[in-house]
Amino acid sequence: MFLGTLVYGFINSSVLALVALGFNLTFGISGVANFAYGAIYIFSGFLTWILLNSLGIPYLLSVFISILCAALVGLAMYYLVILRVKGMALSEVMATFGLGLAIMELFRYFDFVGFRYTLPVFFDGSVAIGEVFVDAQRLVIALIAVGLTAFLYLFTHHTKMGLAFRAIAQDERTALTFGIDSDRVGAVSMAFGAALAAIAAIAILPLGTIAVEGGYEVLINALAVCIVGGLGSTVGILVASVVIGYAQTFTANFLEPHWMILVSLIAIAVVLIVKPSGLFSRQKELEERI
Amino acid sequence: MKKRKERIDRGIKARSEDIFALSSHLEMIYLLLPRAIPVAGLLGVAPFLSSYWREVFISTGVYALLAISWDMLISAGLISLGQSLFYGIGSYIAGALNCYWNWPPLFTIPVATLGGGLVCAIMLLPVLRLRGIYFAMVTLVLPLMFSRLVEATRILGGTEGLTGLTPFPNQLVALYVIDLALLSALFGFRRIIDSDYGLIVRAISDNDRSVMSAGFNIHWYKSQVVLLGAAVGSFAGAFGTHVDMFAGMPGFALDYSIMPVAAAVVGGMGTFAGPMVGAFILVPLSEILRALGALRIVFYGLFLVLFVVALPEGLFHYMQRKYHQCERWVEVE
Amino acid sequence: MNDISPLLSVSNLSKSFGGIMAVYNVSFEVTEGELLGIIGPNGSGKTTLVNLITGFVKPLSGYIEYRGRDITGWAPYKIVTLGIARTFQMVRPFYQLPAFKNLIVPLYSPRVKRMAGGKYGDRDAVALDLLEEVGFERDAHVSYKVASALPQGYLKRLELAKSMALRPDLIIMDELFSGLSLAEVASIVPIIEKLRVQGKTLIMIEHRLKELFRIADRVIVLNYGEKIAEGSGEEVMESESVKRAYLGRET
Repeated sequence: MFLGTLVYGFINSSVLALVALGFNLTFGISGVANFAYGAIYIFSGFLTWILLNSLGIPYLLSVFISILCAALVGLAMYYLVILRVKGMALSEVMATFGLGLAIMELFRYFDFVGFRYTLPVFFDGSVAIGEVFVDAQRLVIALIAVGLTAFLYLFTHHTKMGLAFRAIAQDERTALTFGIDSDRVGAVSMAFGAALAAIAAIAILPLGTIAVEGGYEVLINALAVCIVGGLGSTVGILVASVVIGYAQTFTANFLEPHWMILVSLIAIAVVLIVKPSGLFSRQKELEERI
Repeated sequence: MKKRKERIDRGIKARSEDIFALSSHLEMIYLLLPRAIPVAGLLGVAPFLSSYWREVFISTGVYALLAISWDMLISAGLISLGQSLFYGIGSYIAGALNCYWNWPPLFTIPVATLGGGLVCAIMLLPVLRLRGIYFAMVTLVLPLMFSRLVEATRILGGTEGLTGLTPFPNQLVALYVIDLALLSALFGFRRIIDSDYGLIVRAISDNDRSVMSAGFNIHWYKSQVVLLGAAVGSFAGAFGTHVDMFAGMPGFALDYSIMPVAAAVVGGMGTFAGPMVGAFILVPLSEILRALGALRIVFYGLFLVLFVVALPEGLFHYMQRKYHQCERWVEVE
Repeated sequence: MNDISPLLSVSNLSKSFGGIMAVYNVSFEVTEGELLGIIGPNGSGKTTLVNLITGFVKPLSGYIEYRGRDITGWAPYKIVTLGIARTFQMVRPFYQLPAFKNLIVPLYSPRVKRMAGGKYGDRDAVALDLLEEVGFERDAHVSYKVASALPQGYLKRLELAKSMALRPDLIIMDELFSGLSLAEVASIVPIIEKLRVQGKTLIMIEHRLKELFRIADRVIVLNYGEKIAEGSGEEVMESESVKRAYLGRET
């Protein structure tokens, strides 16, 4: 039982981490709030399904096209919407939220509802860890999560574009004086974030069905992880997803499953009151509190 | 010869700014018209509406109240993404008083308004110290938490909620109650914000450190503002409970949190009338689009985006500007 | 009124931000009526020190005493009501309001109400008078201009007026002279002299050493959060450690 909780807790954490990475990149690192994140997640899922099943395109190609399309959607959103409302936080939230709403409900309108909307798993079968059986897909998710986090960490710390991302997040004005084009960086970060949402979707959606409600859930979970971990800190995301992931799994196993989301929400509330910028952020006292 | 656009106050605005406005009918009309329109509109529209549209009107009124409450909070720099907290708490207080102790709406509503306001204000006390976005995130999370808490602990009716509550004597009564509430909130809050007290509140939103170093306990002021906003929101909840004859988890729904913000963004923040106008556009719009089925939310979302991008200042600010100022081309040397 | 005990006394004050010691073990006293200067290179902890004294930041350790009362860790609004006012290095007025309306907020302060005996009086008139005191020419109607239309020199004076509106006994000015021309500084100095004549105690954080030394009674020097020297302007500039702090190693 204990090993099971340990393993499934880790899996749960990697799901959360994978989902949060894209959101964290755009919001935490480039300061752009993308509340259409859940919509892009679902969009990529449905698009892959359509390419695969209605158009008969091979799996890998479908996946590739979906990720590309997601990135393009992110780019388009930045130039068409965000650019006009940049700086007005509420308008950014409302505009992206409205867009996300439109996208998600469009799928519902076209009747993309039901059990037949699933994505294929990468590998079939299960693997045994000790006495615990874990299906291969879940392990793959964990691996992807770890791999992507490492990649993102290296990217934001060792490549020019990645460092530009962090520069804009820390101090946009100074970054501008260094010749960093904040608009281009913002657009790229949004495209990147959207692509990450697509990757997460393709890895995680095979576990169940592609449902519009999942989009809302993804947004809340991503928000939870980013808030607890600290906006902009990749390490924070990891720690936060582990904390929340395990807390959720424990509650599911030892209490009841419907307490799970309550755990996320309580975690957010507690962190926000005690250390608002998250467990690992480096924001100074004066900036987060009066 | 180069030209540029110049914006200046209209002559009639300048003339009506002084006490001499009382000397001319035109100036008086100019001043009274913006105030008379909402009063006449709200109070006079009822006879022209069918029963269905009266229901829509009442629902709009509830959302408009939440939007006005939101605007009060933003005046102090507090971004609330959780108006449903106020609605839900007010709704449950009224519902519980009515269900368990058979109190009539005449008593449940005032008690829920005051009680809800106090409960929410006290709950948000520790959070007031947080800056803008962090405060917003906590407000987003709190109602969701309460909703799940009710679900998990099964108190207050659990997932079914409290049903069979006392309704209003008839639809018209409910309509006029919400009308009066709207007008009091609108004019009352405008009065407060335009006063010197309101100046301090607005200054807190502009530059809180400056207000702190002027010797004000800004947390005390902020908590007062939250009390005001929460009370109005709880009223909306209590009112809604008796209209729906139901109090339950849907009281904490995301809808009650998002719509007021959308209304404020569309209508124009900081004016109280703006969010009200925004609500009166968005809610009926959402009803009209109902014929389109699921496509309605799609249009709704797109409408929101387009409005935000095209008119970021908000409709009311735009109208106000047009009313008070005229634009003309001026030659530049 | 005791001439011997200091108005403000800071003992062993320390503050760290995320592991970096912004202020370390700083102690000094200010006697009533004097003008103390605080100088030091950039990043030496001067503004943090002000934030500590005025309550915007809580110290890690140490005490702050004002008129014999321990005010360590007090909230800013309480410290203001005791009679300590400050100006901010980054001047941020209420841009949409005219200059004199900017003073409404401090004139509404509980302290002002108390000192005026419970009545606020005609605040607009008081505001205009205050602005005239800091050099807003009355006949040019500068006081009616919207704050966003005022140049830096006037904004700095507005900042000073805001602190004076609180009728404080101690005013802490954070780089008041920064960004001003020599002529502008010269025109503000008489205002400071007048404050001293009124019996106010002043602490001035400054980078403009020449201008400061002309008016300061005493100066303390901070470097990397620590106090490295104290004395008159000339004494302090003779000190080796101070020279090293400002100019680097070889002097």
